[in-house]
Formats: sequence, structure tokens, C-alpha cells
Amino acid sequence: MNSSFVLSIITFVYGLAGFLYIFGWVFKKPTAGQLATWVAVVGWIGNTAGIIMRWVESYRMGIGHAPFSNLYESLVFFAWTISLIYLVIERKASNRTIGAFTMPIAFLAMAYASLKSGITPEIQPLIPALKSNWLIAHVITCFIGYAAFATAFGISAMYLIKQGRDEEKTAWLNFAKPLTLFVFVLLFSRVLLVGNWAMSVIIALPICLVFYIIVFFASRMPAEIKRRLLVMFPEPAILDELGYQMTLFGFLFLSVGIISGAVWANSAWGRYWGWDPKETWSLITWFVYATLLHARLMRGWRGRRIAYLSLVGFAAVLFTYFGVNLLPGLHSYGNLGQ
Amino acid sequence: MSSKEITSDLSVIDRLWKSFASVKLTIVLLLTLAATSIIGTLIPQNEAPMDYLETFGAFLYRIFSLLGLFDMYHSWWFRALILLLVVNIVVCSIDRLQATWKIIFVRHPRFNLARYRQFKNRTEYNHDGAADQLIALYEPVVARRYRYHRTIETAEGFAIYGERGRWTRLGVYVVHFSVVLLLIGGLIGSIFGFDGFVNIAEGESARAIQLRNSSEKFQLGFEIRCDDFNVVFYDTGAPKEFRSSLTILKQGKAVMQKDIIVNDPLQYEGISFFQSSYGSLPPNEVILNFTSATTGMVYSKKAAINAPIVIPEDLGTFMLQRYTRQADFRGHNIGEAFIGVLTPLNGSAVEITLPLKFPSFDKMRKGKMFVAIADFVPRYYTGLQVSRDPGVWVVYSGFILMIIGIYLTFFMSHQQICIDIVRHGKKSRIGVSGTSNKHKLGMHKKVTKLSERLAGLINKE
Repeated sequence: MNSSFVLSIITFVYGLAGFLYIFGWVFKKPTAGQLATWVAVVGWIGNTAGIIMRWVESYRMGIGHAPFSNLYESLVFFAWTISLIYLVIERKASNRTIGAFTMPIAFLAMAYASLKSGITPEIQPLIPALKSNWLIAHVITCFIGYAAFATAFGISAMYLIKQGRDEEKTAWLNFAKPLTLFVFVLLFSRVLLVGNWAMSVIIALPICLVFYIIVFFASRMPAEIKRRLLVMFPEPAILDELGYQMTLFGFLFLSVGIISGAVWANSAWGRYWGWDPKETWSLITWFVYATLLHARLMRGWRGRRIAYLSLVGFAAVLFTYFGVNLLPGLHSYGNLGQ
Repeated sequence: MSSKEITSDLSVIDRLWKSFASVKLTIVLLLTLAATSIIGTLIPQNEAPMDYLETFGAFLYRIFSLLGLFDMYHSWWFRALILLLVVNIVVCSIDRLQATWKIIFVRHPRFNLARYRQFKNRTEYNHDGAADQLIALYEPVVARRYRYHRTIETAEGFAIYGERGRWTRLGVYVVHFSVVLLLIGGLIGSIFGFDGFVNIAEGESARAIQLRNSSEKFQLGFEIRCDDFNVVFYDTGAPKEFRSSLTILKQGKAVMQKDIIVNDPLQYEGISFFQSSYGSLPPNEVILNFTSATTGMVYSKKAAINAPIVIPEDLGTFMLQRYTRQADFRGHNIGEAFIGVLTPLNGSAVEITLPLKFPSFDKMRKGKMFVAIADFVPRYYTGLQVSRDPGVWVVYSGFILMIIGIYLTFFMSHQQICIDIVRHGKKSRIGVSGTSNKHKLGMHKKVTKLSERLAGLINKE
């Protein structure tokens, strides 16, 4: 039994946990929710074990290094951090519906690592550029940041669902919103799933369609059912605050992640900043979240607007993480096909 | 100048100050920087003009190059945006610091009881005993939790006031200052530092390096020699290590020796040398085998460029002329090769191609003897990234301050609590409330916890 096998089982465990959270929420079954928590805890322990096993295995192979060196390993750690953060939130906020919106992200990260062709679960030796003590500090801080933003994304989505559709007074926003959604979905299917734009359109169109069908049926749903579904969510003010807390947490770790990367770059390449696409995108992400914090603290933005900014911020996170693989640069070891 | 002009002057500065003190401007600038930064990740930066011309065509090329999009992070407009942001940050900070300063640096913070009675988080409970005995009981509890505390006589009884973390209000200024430090550090680096590269062949040395994005060379003031270069591969074929043995020479004397690998540079006189690339060089010497067609004898000879060799059996002389990376044979690229000239004793000279990969290539000529490269020692050059950045310590201080500042700003807060004790004859009524400049929800919990603890203390007695 090796680590890749353990981790592929964990994928299903996270999937099951996510399913149970959703089931417990939609059908109002507290036992399913409790079970979901236990499944998530077991998944997280297994995830931890998988990471440690991988670490040990690499030493047995004589190429010992911390398991944070390629896309597969980073995705596994990403899922690990999301589950940990979520389990802490569940305890603090004592609400399990958040799990229905965050555990699926951990599941998707693991599933993507296991299923996407081109992502090899094999342990590879470190290339010279990665042989540094900064590797662990840089990757861990970045991914804690990413995971916090992922959680903030889930919570912001919940906030927007809880508040319901806002009637747009300006007509152009009614067109702009679906268009924005389509562009983002298109971009991410190109980045994450397929190698050409035509296929991306074929994938993106049904995804957007399904999204709007769900929105349509949600809007036609009898008020009683809607109320019953939403009553399980935490209060909007609490969602708002939780999302904000997660953003703060993510912002601290993103900053430390960028800084550790800069110090590392200076010791490896002789410059702390070189406008490499990955560096630039991490800075773009930092700018977006800095905007969110200033808007909230200094301009008093709350609720919807902050939730939308949080969605944009997470899109920037995803692009920093995956999208940069399309662009030329020095961070190629995070690439697909490696 | 009349006094009227002065006042209008002032109002212009005032208005300018006000517009720079606006957080709206900050938001606009941050989003603009985020959006424009994307461009430089889509268009590869600092490539050869010809490549751009080919990709974008003449029209787009002219527009892009006018906007500086091929080196956009150093273009005037991007620099202007960053400068605007920094000015905005500085003005905002100064503008707000005055008010913050007054809150932080006071000996006795103002205490307004009426304010604490209005807080939503105020919890109240009754006590059957006299109010005054509670002072001795409650003061130590507050003192343990709040660094600053004092007990105040009020109209109806007294109040214990405590606060802590007043100085954490400075956190945001620390973050803003750190951003300014990053800019200053970057400026120092770009004015007093340099960035370049040098390729040194094994056994050779360099006194100057090529500056990046410039045709100029930079004289080091000392000599750097590459004694050896080695590249090691894993079984998978992936590189494991690039190692250059370097020696620094001053007036011909070795003053420093170090093996560098990626992530472990050499530093001398403030200049750092980083392992950055490598490449192979044509061998200096090769071993040639001359095989005679008549006798079948093989003669091995060492050969160097432009050094003629006399071939035995009176077959003439042979001389290596040059090395080429891509030799051509009937329109096919046959890779690295040496080109030599064979001059028979009687007859005209023939040019001979000796590919490194195909040793029996010359057999095809069907001459009196054929020449083959029997052996050669591969030679490498090491590619070094060379830089000096005196601003790096300013930038690093900025980094440290930024992390501390963000922690202070978002994870610590200025907390104030008040225990309001009101006499009701022989009994008393206690109200606990508090406030914090951040994390109102967390403060709410804290106040509840504190009031539970305080109420518990009475019941114990």
C-alpha cells in the first residue's frame, strides 16, 4: 500500500463527506451532518497519513524531499488545508451547512489530482532550483493562503445564495453577469480541463446553462421550501463576518507566501522580484484582496459587494495556481505534464 | 505676492492633499494595477523586437511598443501608477495618523461612561451585597487582563475601566510604511545596483560582465575564473545538480574559491554570482583516427584547430579548420561537426566534414584514407547571473515590517471594557460592556465570558 493509493481513497472519502453535508442540509437530516463530520475527520487523518507516507517513501527512494514539489503534491496539500480550515470553522461556528460548500472543493482538488491526465502521482526527484530550505516555507504559506481564500469563496457563495437574487436596476448588468460567468468558466475549462479553446466552449456552455437552470428553478421554488433550505445557513451577518475573517487569514498567509518566495528567488536567481507571470499573478491576487480589505474597512462595504470581490479574488487565486501554466515563466515545475 | 494669491495657492495644495487622502483613489489604483498587470503576463516581456513583429504584425507592434507593453512593468505609465499609489498611501497615512496619535499617546485615556451603557453587548446582573466590596474583588480580574486600568467614582457608584492593545492601532501605518520601504529599496537597487550575466568557459576567466537589457559591459574590478563545471542527472534524465567551481582573482592572486550550485551563490565585494545556465563548447582538442585504405593501418593523432598534422604513409597533411554546431550534408542537418582540410602530397586540397555523431562518415568519400573523430573531451561553459543590489536590505526590512504590520492590523485590536457598578441601597447592579476597534463579534463573546466570570466570583463567596 503506497501513498498514492491511500490518497486516491481519500478522494472518495472527501467526496462522501461532501455528499453527506449536502444531503444533511437539503433533507434536514442532522444525523447525516454528524456522520459527514466524522467522515471528513477520517478523510483528513487519512490525508495527513498520505502526505507523511509520501515523505517517507521519497526518502526510501533515496531522493528524499518534502512532498510539496509538484502539482500533484500541491493539490493534495491544498485539499488537506481546506479540510482542516473547514473542520475548525465547523467547530467554531457550529454550523454544518458550510461543509456543503467547502468540502466539495477539497474533493474536487483531490479528484483533479488523481484523474487529470498529465498529473503524475509518482514521486519525482527535486530539480536544482527547488533544492532549498525555502521550499517548505514558501509552499506551505502559499497554500494555507489559497485554502483560506477557497473557504472564503464557499462562504461568500453561501452569502449570495442566502440573500437571494438582487434585482438589477441597471439593464446592462443583467447581460454582463452571465457573460462574466461564461468568460470565467471558459477560461477555467481551458486552463484546467482541455487543451484547446473550441473544446472549452463546448464544456463551458452547458456548465453555464446548468447554472442558470438551477438559478431559474431556485427562483420558482415555493417560498416554503426555499425558506426551509436557507434557514439552515448561518445568519447573513455571520456569513459576512466569517468570509471576512477567512479573507484576513488568507491575506496574511498570501503575503508571507509572496515574501518567502521573493527571498527565495533572491537566493536562487539574484533578484527578489522579476515580474515572472506567477509572481505577477500572485501580486494581482494580493491587489484584489487588498482592495476588498480597504473597501470594507475604510469605505464600509459589506455583504454582496464584498462577496462578489471575494469571488473575483478566488478566480485570481485559481489563475495564479493553474492558469500560469499556460503562460511562459520560471515556475514551470508546477506545470501539468510534470 | 499679495496675500490673496497665497490663500488660493494653499487651497490648491489643500485640494490636492484631499484628493490624495481619498480611499476611493486607493481602490481605483489597486484595481487598475491589478487589471493592467495582467497584460504583461499575456505578452512575453523583453523579447527580441523581431519576434514581436512576427507575432503581432507591424500595426499592433507599433501601438504596443508605443505603450511600452514589451517591458510594461518598467514603462512610464506603470511606474506612474505605482508612484501614485505610494503617494496615496503616504498622504492617507499622514492624514489619519494625527487622529490615531492622539488616541494612542495619552497618559489617561478618556473614559465616557454613558457610551459604555449604550453598547449592545452590555450584560447586567444583580448583587445582594454592597457595591464597595466589589472593588477589591474585581480590580485584580481586570488588572490581569487589561494592561491599563483604573477605577472611577461615578454618580451612582463606581466603574472599573480597562483597556489594552492601544498601540495596535499603529499596525496599519506599519504596513503602509513597509510598502514605502519596498519602493525605496527597489529604487536604490535600480539606481545603485546592476543586473547582468556572463558565460565563462571551463578554465577561462572574465573581468567584465554583460549588463541585462543594455549593450554595455560592466567591469568587475576583479577576475572570476571557472575552474570546472559539472552537471549531474538523475536516472530519469532530469537534472540533479549544476555545479561551478569558481575562483576570484585579484591582481592574478586567488583570493576566494567556492563551488556554487543553484540556491547557493558566491558573494564577493557585494556582487553575487548565481548558477543560472550552462552550455557545451566545441572541444579544444580531438583524437583523430586516420585509417589508410591501402594498408588498413590506423594512426591516432591529437589535433587542435589550425595545427597541421602530417599523416604517415606520405598521405599528406591534415588541419582542423573550424567547428560548427550544425553541419550540412545534402540539405540534412547532421549536427555538431569539425571541418578540416586534407592536402595530399600531390593533388588539390579537399574539405572534409567530421561529424561528432557519425565517426565513419568520411568513409563515404572513398579516399586513400578516411578520417574519423575517435575521442574528445566535452567542454562546458557556465552561465552566471551576476547582480549587485544594495537596496535588498531595505526591501527585506520592508518584508518583515509588512508581516508584523498585517498581523497587528488584522489579528490584534484595541480593546476597552467597563464594569459599571451601581448602588441600589444595600444591593448593587453590575453592568459589563466593552468595545474593540475590530472584531466586534469576538469582543461580544469576550464581554459575555468576562461577565460570567465576574458573576461567578460573587456566587463563590
